[in-house]
Amino acid sequence: METTNRNAASLALKGTRIAITGGTSGLGLALVRECIARGAAVAFIARTRDRVERVAEEIRSRGNIHGIVGDIARKDDIHSLALQILGTLGGLDVLINNASSLGATPLALLADTECEDFEGALAANVLGPFRLTKTLLGALAASARERRGSVVLNISSDAATNPYAGWGAYGASKAALHQMSRIWNEELGEDGIRFLSVDPGDMDTPLHALALPDADRAALKRPEMAARELVDKIALALASLRSPRASDQAESASVA
Amino acid sequence: MIAANAPRKRRSDAKLLVIDAHAHIAHARRRTLATRLRRFDLVVANDAMTLPASLAGIHVRTGHAVEIRLAGCRTLVGEIGPFTAVLFGAGDFRTRTEDRPLPPGLEKGDLIALGPLRATIEETLGHPRLVALRFEGSPASVWEGIARHGRPIQYAHMAAPLAMWDVWTPIAGAPLAFEPPSAGFVLDWKTLAAIRARGAQFATITHAAGLSSTGDPELDRRLPLDEPYRIPATTARAIGETKRRGGRVIAVGTTVVRALEDAASRDGVVHGGESVATQRIGADTVLRVVDAIVSGTHEPGTSHYELLRAFADDVTLRRAAAELDARDYHTHEFGDSVFIERRVRCVACATRHAPRLAA
Repeated sequence: METTNRNAASLALKGTRIAITGGTSGLGLALVRECIARGAAVAFIARTRDRVERVAEEIRSRGNIHGIVGDIARKDDIHSLALQILGTLGGLDVLINNASSLGATPLALLADTECEDFEGALAANVLGPFRLTKTLLGALAASARERRGSVVLNISSDAATNPYAGWGAYGASKAALHQMSRIWNEELGEDGIRFLSVDPGDMDTPLHALALPDADRAALKRPEMAARELVDKIALALASLRSPRASDQAESASVA
Repeated sequence: MIAANAPRKRRSDAKLLVIDAHAHIAHARRRTLATRLRRFDLVVANDAMTLPASLAGIHVRTGHAVEIRLAGCRTLVGEIGPFTAVLFGAGDFRTRTEDRPLPPGLEKGDLIALGPLRATIEETLGHPRLVALRFEGSPASVWEGIARHGRPIQYAHMAAPLAMWDVWTPIAGAPLAFEPPSAGFVLDWKTLAAIRARGAQFATITHAAGLSSTGDPELDRRLPLDEPYRIPATTARAIGETKRRGGRVIAVGTTVVRALEDAASRDGVVHGGESVATQRIGADTVLRVVDAIVSGTHEPGTSHYELLRAFADDVTLRRAAAELDARDYHTHEFGDSVFIERRVRCVACATRHAPRLAA
């Protein structure tokens, strides 16, 4: 509710259709709650049915929420997930690729990382977001053409740019995701789809605890705070895509 | 023609047979489609995503195995279904649909168990295979059931079963098509950029494309089923602008022709919003909106072929069919394509035909 006090109505997301991967814990859960609080219709994905149902149940009375069970790292799950997202929401304006894997836990030096763990990080952090985004691009582009605005937010990390020892599989995969976001943004700008790649900072989440069990939790950012900042960025991007100036540009770009 | 038996839908060597407004026939590479466009042209495609519409199950009253193919729906809004469905008896896609046995005798109220889903027959529709059915449960559970248990409709001429990755068109959005809107395979993101670069525009509609053939001649005579569609306001506006500027409206696929001509049947203007296309388009139809069509190749006797007769006369279409044969074009859903400009008609003929166009 602070959001509505703090900001203009442009940061509300009433009627915006948002899909979030990894929505039952940490940053993903905070993003689900934040989007619902701003009036969005949300479909979230996670692997464990119990947890999906628990989160959906908790939030149901507060908004339009749909929990979907599946694993974005599996190619065979992608269309089933996309179908359920588009079926339940009736279309899609915003995709948040949040689900992510550390690869090896506990963290390992790259030379000690099992091949399978490295592949697991790539599947969850690069291939999954690639496949899901590719599959949903038609719906996202339709939203852009209808002037609803269309945004893909990929959750990045400072490990995508800094070479931290022990973060090899995760860092390499997040670097690939970051670069993929930038290229997609370059290629699909004319189609009206904006890609954001954002590092939310070090947060007090289960993923962080898995990576660094001895970290001082008090020094870490709360995921609710990070979620608010990220959703602000989405709302601002949508507002600029929906503004008459943006649609004029899109129109003249497509007609000129 | 050769049946395309592998879902290599984005073959870079796919062919395009072109029939212009003066019935001249030419041959081109499909990937050069955008070079056919002029400034102010508008390309309109159907962005419906293909449902995995084939569901295996048991007819509970008799215990017989059945395959259900969801064939159409009556509305785009609100809860999911009810669906029109075609039922087959035991067997799989390796048997041609023509040779598939009838399902057990179906009655209103019969229950069909389909993996995690349960459906009730709401109505029989005057043919032993055709029913209206409704799934039990919340929309979310029905979507999950269809997503997990459903398979894409398969074709006996394909070497291996199709996966969802094979039937997905790059521009697919709302899950409402029951067979791949196959003309959509001609579009990829590079082609959309090429359309823009030509000074042309791109727009979409959502049309719940129903089953195009069942293999049962009596049933096929009833196709196409009524199909709901939605035309976004932005698309309706773009069509109006295109007409004012003298551009051409180019439909990608027969479903787009059906929706746009239905939407304009009242006063000749395409209005945004939702409606249901019930008309048949054929040789007698005077097209009021669509100036050209990009389509797969279709064989005489199908409803898709009938629709092409609104664009070109029979002599021209027969010449085109001979060319398709002679030049080894691939037919079927994943084959080559045609681009047909509406033939030039004399004003007097158009006036004479105008009152019949909604027929």
